[in-house]
Amino acid sequence: MADQSAIGAEGTAFDLEIERGKIREFARATLSSHPAYLEDPHPVSPPTFLTTMFFWQEGAPGHNPWPLVRLDPKRGMHAEQEYVFYGPPPRAGARLTCQSRIERVFSKEGRRGGRLTFAVMVTEFHDKATGALVARARMTGVETEKPPETEP
Amino acid sequence: MTERWDDLAEGASVPPRTLGPITRTDFVRYQGASGDMNPVHHDETFAKAAGYDAPLGIGMFHAGVLATWATDWLGPENVRAFKVRWKEPVWPGDVLTFSGKIVRRYDEGGERRVDLELLCARQGGGTAAQAWATFVVV
Repeated sequence: MADQSAIGAEGTAFDLEIERGKIREFARATLSSHPAYLEDPHPVSPPTFLTTMFFWQEGAPGHNPWPLVRLDPKRGMHAEQEYVFYGPPPRAGARLTCQSRIERVFSKEGRRGGRLTFAVMVTEFHDKATGALVARARMTGVETEKPPETEP
Repeated sequence: MTERWDDLAEGASVPPRTLGPITRTDFVRYQGASGDMNPVHHDETFAKAAGYDAPLGIGMFHAGVLATWATDWLGPENVRAFKVRWKEPVWPGDVLTFSGKIVRRYDEGGERRVDLELLCARQGGGTAAQAWATFVVV
């Protein structure tokens, strides 16, 4: 059962550097060969690229508040993911300051019966030099009452 | 080639795309790139112990392909929002079909924008994921 007291919990801020090689690797892994990703010396990052924040958020304690929600990993799934950009997505060379917080934890009845528990984590990405808000990510996880169904 | 405003009417369709059959290698390459190394998406033994017949597809992989499919059409610099909701799991061997259309065309803050609705369907018609995207159009 998820821990409601995690609502409002904030991780400590961490830095993220947007790198050209990482963008190229990510663009190829998401099967794009657009020259804006592969040829531009200062490429813009793909729409879901900021998921790589976990490389920067993990490895030091305190940056990631998500474990405080305590969703059961055996019954947990990624339900929804959103990225909003306040201008073009960040480019290679950008240095961002990132901070995550638990926005919501709530339950509702599933369509096929059984209680579903959702948790939402918001992460804000600010330009380290100017302080401007560059992007906001919103991750929703869900925990089912029973393990997720498998293929028949 | 990036589309122009005059070509983008409400109801206009994104050029469709088929993805797959998707493979364990697709999942592994995406996992290495993203940093999410959850073994349920590549380790057969782990996946079977968790009750699955095969490694479970990683939702952020086909979401990421869906997103760059849209940016290939309307321009990587022009995306302003992307949201995905997963509906049913995908498995190695699945063939996924992407479709999408412009649902709104408007001015906001002195910029021309379009909102898209996107769909990722499995063979047989099940919906793997729905997505929504916003682009500026120059």
